[in-house]
Amino acid sequence: MTHLPYIVAAYALGVLVPAAFAWSAFVRMRGARRRLAAVDTRRRAAVDPRLRAR
Amino acid sequence: MDASSVVAPPPSERNPGRSLHRFANPGRFLRLSGAALPWLAAGGAAFLAVGLVWGLFFAPADWQQGDAVRIMYVHVPAAWLASAGYLGLALCSALSLVWRHPLADLAAVEIGPVGAGFTALCLATGSIWGKPMWGAWWVWDARLTSVLVLFFLYLGHIALVRAFDDPVRGHRAGAILALIGVVNLPIIKFSVDWWNTLHQPDTISFTGAPTMYIGMLWPLLFTAIGYALVFAAIVVARTRAAVMERRIRALLMARADEART
Repeated sequence: MTHLPYIVAAYALGVLVPAAFAWSAFVRMRGARRRLAAVDTRRRAAVDPRLRAR
Repeated sequence: MDASSVVAPPPSERNPGRSLHRFANPGRFLRLSGAALPWLAAGGAAFLAVGLVWGLFFAPADWQQGDAVRIMYVHVPAAWLASAGYLGLALCSALSLVWRHPLADLAAVEIGPVGAGFTALCLATGSIWGKPMWGAWWVWDARLTSVLVLFFLYLGHIALVRAFDDPVRGHRAGAILALIGVVNLPIIKFSVDWWNTLHQPDTISFTGAPTMYIGMLWPLLFTAIGYALVFAAIVVARTRAAVMERRIRALLMARADEART
């Protein structure tokens, strides 16, 4: 295969750039979901009878 | 726990009518996007894997460029998505300015970095292809320069929306910049026709048959669909996170107000 280092570099970028974006989006989404679940008492009250009684 | 249920709208807001604003409801967006996201991500990964392996190992080499033509399977979809992403950004900006679509601002903010990343990928892979083919990493050719301007427009948008203390003002300023920058898209598209560029003219167009060998066209189609689905999945995931983060901020602010009074 001719120009192999150039091809490898281009494909590495072509995989790593979208993968990095996808990973960061996944981590951010997971963190936001956890924080929201901890903060939102409306949802917690719906599942926890002790909170609903208050 | 399902995030969409956490930010579900109150019953009074659950029947907002058959309008565009139906989709502006954050709870509805989280439900729809939550269902679509796994399909977008899995479909994108599958198409991309097939296309990249096909392009790298099974597609024929070019008689002039040799195997360096395989860089096209990354470079061309990245270039298409750089422009398409900016068009999406401009569309969200128009929705935000004209209809005050609540999700449009968030989507525009989240498209910006992803679009900039794909534009950088396009520039980098083009440069990697240019060195063995043209003998230079970079030339001030009309196509390359207009794509570089697109990259700076993305960076300008990212910086501008974060430059104000009031997010609404930042979103409005970013939206105006995005709409002004749309003028660059036809310049990118027609730069190879309007000027005598080193960059080759389009081999695939909306109006004519492709001038590319079919054995090269198929893997390109696969990587293009794969990258497009991955781009969409990333933007949807980031927008979901932004919706939830906005909800968290609103809840904490309300709690702080309650504690103060």
